[in-house]
Amino acid sequence: MLDDFLVRAIIAGIGIALVTGPLGCFVVWRRLSFFGDTLAHSALLGVLLSISLNINVSLTIFVVSSLVALILLRLEKSTNLAGDSLLGLISHSSLAIGLVILGFLSFIRFDVLGVLFGDILSVNTNDLLFIWIGGGLILAVLFYIWKPLFASTVNYELAEAEGMNPERVNAIFTILLAALIAISIKMIGVLLITGLLIIPTAMARNLSNNPKQMVVLSIIGGLLSVFIGLYASFEINTASGPSIVVVALILFILSLIRIGKKNYEK
Amino acid sequence: MNTSDTLVRLSKAGIYKDKKWLVRDVDLEINRGKIVTLIGPNGSGKTTTAKIALGLYKSISGNVERNTQNISYVPQKVSIDWTLPVRVIDFMVLTQNLKQDDISEALDLTGVKHLKRSNLRDLSGGEFQRVLLARAIAKKPDLLVLDEPVQGVDFTGEVALYSLIKEISEKLNCGILLISHDLHVVMSATDYVVCLNGHVCCCGTPKDVAQSKHYKELFGEKSAELLSIYEHNHDHVHSSDGNIIKEIK
Repeated sequence: MLDDFLVRAIIAGIGIALVTGPLGCFVVWRRLSFFGDTLAHSALLGVLLSISLNINVSLTIFVVSSLVALILLRLEKSTNLAGDSLLGLISHSSLAIGLVILGFLSFIRFDVLGVLFGDILSVNTNDLLFIWIGGGLILAVLFYIWKPLFASTVNYELAEAEGMNPERVNAIFTILLAALIAISIKMIGVLLITGLLIIPTAMARNLSNNPKQMVVLSIIGGLLSVFIGLYASFEINTASGPSIVVVALILFILSLIRIGKKNYEK
Repeated sequence: MNTSDTLVRLSKAGIYKDKKWLVRDVDLEINRGKIVTLIGPNGSGKTTTAKIALGLYKSISGNVERNTQNISYVPQKVSIDWTLPVRVIDFMVLTQNLKQDDISEALDLTGVKHLKRSNLRDLSGGEFQRVLLARAIAKKPDLLVLDEPVQGVDFTGEVALYSLIKEISEKLNCGILLISHDLHVVMSATDYVVCLNGHVCCCGTPKDVAQSKHYKELFGEKSAELLSIYEHNHDHVHSSDGNIIKEIK
């Protein structure tokens, strides 16, 4: 059964949607969507490094994205630049460095579009293993730090005053984001992973009134996006990443109808 | 219980930031079952002092000794981002695990039990303040730090909440560090008053302070002019940033 690429893609997609749901909620709550973008852009650099040095792709992306995340956290403390400027700086620099390296690698046949937008055909059994083990680890760590992470999201000083360690859980959270990007690049692509992180979550926000409900709904939204998106990608031959994100967008628009009704009733 | 009843002790504590002392040389002690109140004008370092006591600053001058980990904090300002759907009941267990009964009891004490399932964004300022206080006391802390806990609460509620705070300090035998502008309440419900203006201006029991000539100047017939409260006639004169510029003999 795992021989069928569509089955492999769906299993991979389920694994990723289970992780993007809860992580996406924190990305939205903490207003980190541009941060996620920056990490994703740096993943291109990771892909190219892995090809030129001939080491595992997911692992290289994870290391590069984590490094970028830690550099960002560091720079935010030691410069006078605003967060968004720093993110732009790192995001586009890493993208540019990646593309320059790509120029040197002209002798290798390399599918740039696949990295940018995802390619289900390229998902093999090895990748499945990476997605499910990596995803399981991410969820386990997230579950473990959930309370302090949530508390410091609501109010940093309150969490710190009452004995939690917001700085540490924030750093762990950014590493988790980097790990998610590492396992999902093949599927969704560098440019669109943030879309899968925040669009189902935005939909869930429209429909929920408490944090747990929002997490569950964003997982469901992600799963639906993956199922319908992959089916469409298979049937009408579109790229997998964009198809998934477009489905997510449609779900978001549908959720607006509900919110419109709620406001009207008030 | 600790061998010592002192929960927090600040010795010569201060913060020097951007070439300026936010607050300096604060000596302060919070003991079990006692309420210590910080008063002083805006920008005098009340909140900063509370945060020093809580250990929220990395580099401070002087020394802070904390003998408890079981701390509750009501910050001066909590804003809930609209992207975060949080109900009162979710907020109550933010940093702690509580039984449903304990949650209800705490909300009942501050008079907002009926809002248990409401969204935090839908509460009024006064209601939110009551929820903040309920969350802080539900934990049954050893040390309770309250930064203007009744701001925005209606008058009758204010009186009730202050007597609740007093009651809690006795019932839980916990130490309370209170920041308040409400001087009449402060004088009746506090064990120890510290008046800040960039440093400790004067301090003592409310009785001591009340009998001193400073207090009469503060709360005498002219107390209607509330602003004059802070214009004490001490043995020194302040510059606008709270530094001592002149000693008066």
